[in-house]
Amino acid sequence: MPRFFDEQQFDVLSAMLGRLIPADSDPGAREAGVQDYIDRFLGAFTFDPPLIWAGGPFSGRFGGNAGFERFHILTDAEVLAWRTRIEGSLGIPERERLGPVVGYQERYVAGLASLGDDFVELSDAEQDARLSIQEDFVSLVYGHACEGMYGAPEYGGNQGLVGWKNIDYLGDVQPRGYTDEEVSQP
Amino acid sequence: MSRNFDTIIVGSGPGGSTAADELTQAGQSVLVLERGRNRLIDVNDPHRLLSDYSSDEIKFLDRHFLGPDPWLEPRTFRRSEADGDRLHIGEVNNLPATVGGGGVHADGKLPRFREDDFLVLSELGPVEGASVADWPLTYDELEPFYADAERLIGVAGLAGANPFAAWRSGEYPMPPGAPMYGSTVTAAAAERLGYHPYPGPTGCNSVPYDGRPACNNCGFCAYFGCPIHAKGDPVASLRRALLTGRAELRSDSFVSRILVRSNQAIGVEWLDAAGEVQRELASNVVVACGAMETPRLLLLSGMSHPEIGRNVMFHMQTFVMGRMPFRVHGHKGRSVTHLHDDHIIVDAGARDAARAAGLPWIKGGLVEHCSPSHPIAEAKGYSWGLQHKALMRESPMRDHFLGFCMQGDDLPQSTNAVDLDPSVRDIHGLPVARTTYQPHPHEIAASRYHGGKLKAILAEAGAEEIFMATSPKTTGNLKSSHSEISMIPVSRHIVGTARMGRDPETSVCDEWGRLREAPNVVIADSSLFPTGSGYGPTLTLVALAIRNVRALVS
Repeated sequence: MPRFFDEQQFDVLSAMLGRLIPADSDPGAREAGVQDYIDRFLGAFTFDPPLIWAGGPFSGRFGGNAGFERFHILTDAEVLAWRTRIEGSLGIPERERLGPVVGYQERYVAGLASLGDDFVELSDAEQDARLSIQEDFVSLVYGHACEGMYGAPEYGGNQGLVGWKNIDYLGDVQPRGYTDEEVSQP
Repeated sequence: MSRNFDTIIVGSGPGGSTAADELTQAGQSVLVLERGRNRLIDVNDPHRLLSDYSSDEIKFLDRHFLGPDPWLEPRTFRRSEADGDRLHIGEVNNLPATVGGGGVHADGKLPRFREDDFLVLSELGPVEGASVADWPLTYDELEPFYADAERLIGVAGLAGANPFAAWRSGEYPMPPGAPMYGSTVTAAAAERLGYHPYPGPTGCNSVPYDGRPACNNCGFCAYFGCPIHAKGDPVASLRRALLTGRAELRSDSFVSRILVRSNQAIGVEWLDAAGEVQRELASNVVVACGAMETPRLLLLSGMSHPEIGRNVMFHMQTFVMGRMPFRVHGHKGRSVTHLHDDHIIVDAGARDAARAAGLPWIKGGLVEHCSPSHPIAEAKGYSWGLQHKALMRESPMRDHFLGFCMQGDDLPQSTNAVDLDPSVRDIHGLPVARTTYQPHPHEIAASRYHGGKLKAILAEAGAEEIFMATSPKTTGNLKSSHSEISMIPVSRHIVGTARMGRDPETSVCDEWGRLREAPNVVIADSSLFPTGSGYGPTLTLVALAIRNVRALVS
């Protein structure tokens, strides 16, 4: 169950991600669960602690304890900054110090709606045509899609590490690191 | 209001931490106030380092983990007064706001300056439109403090490998670490063309040092805190200071004012984590907030020397990159392992190029042999659609990318300045730092001349599709609106806003880094630099902090 989107929005987002980073011989953004990454970012504050900064020092994938799963606790000021960014300023004076902020949530809801209720039923070419006229929204989602595709899976995306596996990249290799030979040889 | 400390230190980066170490070793009690959070060291058990840093691209590159948050603590930028009050609000050359400051995120290249860098006016001469100056000290005077700084931080390098290096009294504390494959390719090409690449001095442990492990080449170095604390961030000096029992470190403490009475600082006022105003008195104050926040604090404190904030300098970064016909795996290793200094030398060729540009001389900067390493950043550089997966597998912009970043010297200009923004406020309600900056023709000419040479090296290395870019942008119509944001230098090497010197009219601080308006205030950061050099500022500001703080206590 998505944390922020409703089912319809989540389906449109998933279809959109299938066009931004389409699967070919390898899985694309949709198969990597990037829609979950975005949903958890927009719904970060429905978790405690909020899913903003994964913990450290190691993920456990190359030894050590799995610290990434323990997300950091935010200060009041950090909560204010991230809630403003995600939810928007919503007319709340302390969020409008630098002027009104349109939050990611509002941009996603409006952007997904602009793609049309029938978006998921369209052909690939028709979906691409709709996307090509929503430049600002596509640019926003594509940036997040890259994070969800190639970022640490603890944020919800890169499921099964497919983003890293496809590019022959190990991701966070601490505490193993790379040997001097791996660094210096072709 | 009590006086519980001999000295209050504002900022816990390389300068402030060094000051804390020096002062506590001399028997003083110090309070270190840091605006950001502590993710580095357990203040109650300084042998225990914290585990907040990680190899996590989202956290560090996309979500401001080390701070400052650009919405909570924005800065503003304009090119000149002609732009109005500002062009941009948000991130402007931010260095981390956290315990350890700029030392945490750097990949630890720690070169010394050369002898000439302290004598730019006498050795190279004046340049029209620039406030070129000599330093009030020479390299020879600073050398012992450079050596101390290298031992304290832990620098790995190879004495004698760089023929242009200034003299040194001893070896580096550690040998160089493993050379990165891609850098060995560009270094070999540079050598074939007569340049002199060498293993760069880095604050990354190549062997276990000072109770911390050797670097394991994880590849998450520049912009990341080190998860295993193998990096020469200010942990060593902070730990030494805390272990004396005479240092107290308080994070989440934003100093809003130095309290001054009759030309003497008597203490500071700060906002604690709960936003409550706190005050503490002390005999001395050390200011080490970095070259943007230091002038801001001086101005917020009512200091009025007309040179405060002036002559802000960045390095003019020239990027020359090209695609190699093979994989270079820049994600394995410590970001940069090779450097060359040839472009810093003002030789006959550089003088000819200068003359052609109508300048007396041009000087480039340190060249870093580098390649991109992070896949999210790479992916964002491609466009969406069918080709995305194939491009990421082929990786022309990351795993095949090699090149150079030249940290070009930036001439001081009086009109390039940091002051208080007239209306933008931070989360504490205080005016933010505003930068007014545009490059001098010197930087543009030097970038073009040396950039051309760097392109030739890359071609010799076998690179295809070589391109050059600069920050700030130097091509096209610089006055046109589309280039406004690209006119903000991305360099995090920021210097020169409280310059030290012998002439009280032209220098905010005296030759010992003491504020002329309140001589018991010592500046311990790169604000002091009269000129920028073509080298990163950290080792020099640490060496200066050792020198100036020792003078304060002796």
